[in-house]
Amino acid sequence: MKRLLFLLPLFAFVVLAGYLALGLTKDPHVLPSVLIDQEVPPFDLPPIKGREAGFRRDDLLGQVSLVNIFGSWCVACRIEHPFLMRIKEERRVPLHGIDWREETLEAGPAWLARFGDPYTLIGDDPRSVAAIAFGVTGAPETFVVDKRGFIRYKHIGPLTPEVWEKTIGPMIEELRRQ
Amino acid sequence: MRRLAALVLLLLAWAMPAAAVDPGEMLADPALEARARDISKDLRCLVCQNQSIDDSDAQLARDLRVLVRERLAAGSSDDEVVDYVVSRYGDFVLLRPPFKLSTYVLWIGPAVIFAGGLLAVVVFYRRRGGVAETAPSPLSAEESRRLERLLDGDGRA
Repeated sequence: MKRLLFLLPLFAFVVLAGYLALGLTKDPHVLPSVLIDQEVPPFDLPPIKGREAGFRRDDLLGQVSLVNIFGSWCVACRIEHPFLMRIKEERRVPLHGIDWREETLEAGPAWLARFGDPYTLIGDDPRSVAAIAFGVTGAPETFVVDKRGFIRYKHIGPLTPEVWEKTIGPMIEELRRQ
Repeated sequence: MRRLAALVLLLLAWAMPAAAVDPGEMLADPALEARARDISKDLRCLVCQNQSIDDSDAQLARDLRVLVRERLAAGSSDDEVVDYVVSRYGDFVLLRPPFKLSTYVLWIGPAVIFAGGLLAVVVFYRRRGGVAETAPSPLSAEESRRLERLLDGDGRA
């Protein structure tokens, strides 16, 4: 018994060290979203220059869709962009965009004109109104929204074919069946 | 030398706590602005994470400051504004974590560990002290007689 008592500090150390080691392996920028399984909050964004339609919450009702946060200033958005184009070409799922924090009215449309426009609807969000409503911390972020307008999944960082295969693709199939 | 000292003092007097709040963002009503500053100081900047949105120059922090002010100007209470931001970003956005089930360990943990340490120290000294203070067993009758003879006599037992 006494001997076990001597081991107590060592035991406590191992447990603490384990916790801290686990903490080191996590990316502090990946925050758990509190919005999973929550209804998308109301937002109503104006269109970007050159488009007729803006983007608002009620556009999400009726079908499973993706909402992608992007900006012409966002380097990582260019990484995922070819894959977003593929989603559009293969008509996998409606993909809507929130053009976040453009400094000029031309910046977003120019970027899309140069690299291609994968979005069904786009809303202009220079002051982060919709971005904050979605709890966005950086771009790019992509949300899976179900037919009832509930957020079901949040992906932080560039969308890749791997993420699609493993998570988002199967999830969309599942949500469509519901 | 004197002049230099005066200059330094003057400059120090001028120094103001740096805040990222742009004069253009501020509300005209000083009371409302003060409330906005108080709220902003307790909200974490999601980009830099170790600064409040009041301190941060990040764009998102600026947009959050503006949002806080807009909501206050629209008549929301302080709690309503904070609750809205928490509903979007979770408790993480609060620089002062709330006292609730998931954070009991965080708040009470240090006190428990301190109390445990204190207890361990007390027990340790009690035990050690106990050994030293144990009274020696009383002398037997034979020993007492010998002692008396030694004290009374001239040392020859």
